[in-house]
Amino acid sequence: MTDTSNRDTLTAKLLQRAAPGRAEFEDLVIVPIFAVIVALIVGALVMLATAVDIQTIGRSYLALLQGSVGSINSLSETLTSAIPLVLAGLGLALGFRAGLFNIGAEGQIIVGGIAAVIVGFSFPGMPWIIHLPLALLAGAVAGGLYASIAGWLRAATGAHEVISTIMLNLISYRLLDYMLGLTWMQREGRSDPVSKSVVPSAELPRLLTDIDPNLRLHAGIFVMIGAVILVYWLLFKTKTGFEFRASGENPDAARYAGMRASLIIVLAMATAGALAGLAGANQVLGVLERATPGFSAGIGFDAISVALLGRSHPIGVLFAGLLFGALEAGGRQMQVDAGVSIDLIGIIQALIIVFIAAPLLVRAIFPWGFRKPAERKE
Amino acid sequence: MAAVSTTDLASADKLETHKTRQARIYGFVLIGLAALVAIVFALESAGEATFRLSHPRDTWVVPNLVVPAAPFNFLAAAVLALLGVRQFMRGGSKWSMISIAAGCAIAVAAFLVWATAGKSFSLTGMLSATVVAAVPIALGGLAGVLSERVAVVNIAIEGMLLAGAFTGALMGSLLGGWGGLLCAVIVGGMFGFILAALVVTYRMDQIIAGVVINLFVLGVTSYVSSQVFSEYRALNNAPVFRAWKIPFLGDIPVIGSVLFNQNLFVYGAVILVCVATYYLFHTRYGLRARSVGEHPRAADTLGINVYSTRYINVTLAGMVAGFGGAWFTLGSVGRFDENMTGGLGYIGLAAMIFGRWHPVGALMAALIFGFADSLQQKLAIVRTPIPSEFLAMAPYIATIVVVAGFVGRSRPPAADGKPYVKE
Repeated sequence: MTDTSNRDTLTAKLLQRAAPGRAEFEDLVIVPIFAVIVALIVGALVMLATAVDIQTIGRSYLALLQGSVGSINSLSETLTSAIPLVLAGLGLALGFRAGLFNIGAEGQIIVGGIAAVIVGFSFPGMPWIIHLPLALLAGAVAGGLYASIAGWLRAATGAHEVISTIMLNLISYRLLDYMLGLTWMQREGRSDPVSKSVVPSAELPRLLTDIDPNLRLHAGIFVMIGAVILVYWLLFKTKTGFEFRASGENPDAARYAGMRASLIIVLAMATAGALAGLAGANQVLGVLERATPGFSAGIGFDAISVALLGRSHPIGVLFAGLLFGALEAGGRQMQVDAGVSIDLIGIIQALIIVFIAAPLLVRAIFPWGFRKPAERKE
Repeated sequence: MAAVSTTDLASADKLETHKTRQARIYGFVLIGLAALVAIVFALESAGEATFRLSHPRDTWVVPNLVVPAAPFNFLAAAVLALLGVRQFMRGGSKWSMISIAAGCAIAVAAFLVWATAGKSFSLTGMLSATVVAAVPIALGGLAGVLSERVAVVNIAIEGMLLAGAFTGALMGSLLGGWGGLLCAVIVGGMFGFILAALVVTYRMDQIIAGVVINLFVLGVTSYVSSQVFSEYRALNNAPVFRAWKIPFLGDIPVIGSVLFNQNLFVYGAVILVCVATYYLFHTRYGLRARSVGEHPRAADTLGINVYSTRYINVTLAGMVAGFGGAWFTLGSVGRFDENMTGGLGYIGLAAMIFGRWHPVGALMAALIFGFADSLQQKLAIVRTPIPSEFLAMAPYIATIVVVAGFVGRSRPPAADGKPYVKE
C-alpha cells in the first residue's frame, strides 16, 4: 500500500474494502486480544497495589473465567447480561454513525422500561401473542419518543445532544421515582417503591427451564439477534441508513446532496431511543418482571462502551456486548468466590476500550506482532 | 459572522425576520409566564411571605422582608405582560435578551413568594447554598473552557472531579487538609496529562478518551473504596476546610454571609475564574492557546508548538478539575463515597456551553444551576403542592431550556474536537 499517486491510493482503498487485508486483521483481531491481555495484567497490578495476595488474584481470574463461560449456568448469565447491552449499544452505534453522541441510553432504558411494565401489568387475560409484542412495542415507542426530544432540540435549536441527553437521563431518574410512588402503579400492599408485577402473558419466556429452573436466559435473545440483523440492514442496505452514515461522515456534503439534516437527526435519535427502550423493556419483561428504583443499573453507560468497542458496527456491537456480558457475569462470580470487589471489572472494561480505541498505544506497547508503521501507511 | 457583512440585501432581510421571529417567541414566553403567575401563583397565594435576611447572631441584624403574596404576584404578572407586549411591539432589539432574563427572574421571584406565602423562609440561607452548590459546577466548567479553548473536548471533567474527590479524601486523611488538596490538584493534573497524551500523541477520539477516563476513574475509586476503605476507615476520614469569614466584608448584611463567609473552595473558584480570564484574554500565552483552538495549522505556521500548548492547557484544566473535586470531600463531608460527583461534571460541561466558552460565563451559568439546586432543596422543606420529584427535575429542565433557547447555535472554538497532525 505504499502510494505513488492519488489514483493508486484510491485503487488500493477500493480493493482493500473488497478483500480485507492484513491491516484489518491486525485492527480487528490482534488489537482486541492484546487489549484484553493488557487490561487483565493491569487489573492484576491494581489488585496487588491494594494488598490482595497472588493466590487470591489467581483465584479471582479463575472465577472470572468460570463465571462467564465455565458452565451452562454461567453461559446463560453471560447471555442474559449481554442482551440489554447489545440492544442499547446498537442504538448508540446507530447514533454514532449519524454523528450524534447520544449519552441518553440510560434515560431511554428507564422510560422504555416504565412503558413496558405499565402495558405488562395493565392487560391481564390478553393472549400472549398480542400482549408480549405490545409491551415490547410500548417500550420501543416510549424510548424512541424520549430520545427524539433531544433529536428535535438539536435539529430545531442546535442544542447539543450531549447536554440534552444527560439532562434527560437525570430527569428520567426522578420520573421513575415519581411513577413508582403512584397508587395505580405501585404494587398493592407495599409501601416501598416497587411497581406491580408483569402478568405472565407479557413476560419474555425463559428458554432453558427444562434443563435447570434457575437458568435466567429468556426469549429476549431473539429480540437481540433480530435487532442486530435489522440495524445491519438499516445501516448498510437502505437509503435511510446511507443518509445516516453520510450525514455522520460529512454533514455539509450530505446537506448539499439534498439530504434533510433535521429529519435525519430526529430519525436517528428516535431509532436509537427505540432500541434503548427495547433494552429497558427486555429488562423488566425478561429479568426483573417489575420496575424497581434504579432498574437500569448503568446499562446505558456500559452500552456506550459497548458501542465504542464494537466500532459502531452491528456485528462488532454484538461481540462487544457478549464480552461485556461475560465480564459482568464473571465479575459477580469473582466477588463471591475470591472476595474481590466487582468494581474491578469497571477498571478492566475501561482499559480494554483505551487500548482498542487507541491502536497507536497498543503498537507502542507491543512493537512486535505488527508490521512497521511505514509498511502499513495507507 | 464575517459572512453577514458581505451578504446582499435578500439575506439581510432574512436575518431581520429571524430576529423578529425570535422576538415574537420571547414575547409568547413572557406572556405565557405572565398568565402562569397571574392564574396559578397570584390567585392561590394568601397571606404574607416572610423572607429571613439574617441570623439573629449576625453583627448587624436586618429585619425580615415581608411581602404580601397576592398583590406582589399580580404586580409581577403585570410587569411580565408588559415586557411581553413590548417584545411584540418593538422586539428584536438588544433588549430582547435582557427582558427575557428579567422575565425569568421575576417569574422565579413570584414562584418563591407563592411557595412561601403564609410561611417564612431563609433567603440568605438559600443564596449561600447557591454559591456553595455552584463551586464544583463552576470549576468543572472552567476546566472545560481551558481545554476546549485549545480544541480538546473534555468529557473527562466528571472523572477528574471524582479523582480529585477521592485523592482529597485519601491523602487528606494521611497528610492533613492542605496535603490532600495539593495531591488532589496533582492527580487531577495527571488525568489532564493522560487525556492530552491519549488525544494529542495517540490521536484517540476525544470523546472516547474522555468517556474512558470517566470509566477508569469510577472503576478505580469504587474498587478501592469497597476493597480498602471499608476495612481501613481511618484512610477515609479527612479534615474539612471550614468557612472562613473575611474580616469586615463578612459583616455586611445579606451579601456578607453569602459571599464573604465561605470556605477556601468558594474563594478559590472566584480567584481561578479571574486568573483564567486574564490568562486567556490578556496574555500572549492565552492568545496562543486560543489560536491553537481556532486554527492550529495557522498557529503552527507562526511557530507555536500546537502539541505542547495542548498538553499544557489540558493539564491545567485537569488541575482545576482536581481542585474542584477536592470540594466534594475536603470542602464538605471529609469522606469519599462511590460515584459521589453524581454527574456534576456533565452539568459543568453544560455550564461551559451556556457560558459560551468563557470563564466568567461558565461561573454565571454555574450560579444559575446552583440556584436551581438549592431552590429545590429549600422548597422540599417548605412543602409545596408540587411533588418533590418534579422540583428536583427543575434544574435539568431549566438546563435544557437554557441550552436550547438562549444559547442555540453558540459557537465552540473552530477546531474543537479535531486532532492535529503536524506535517
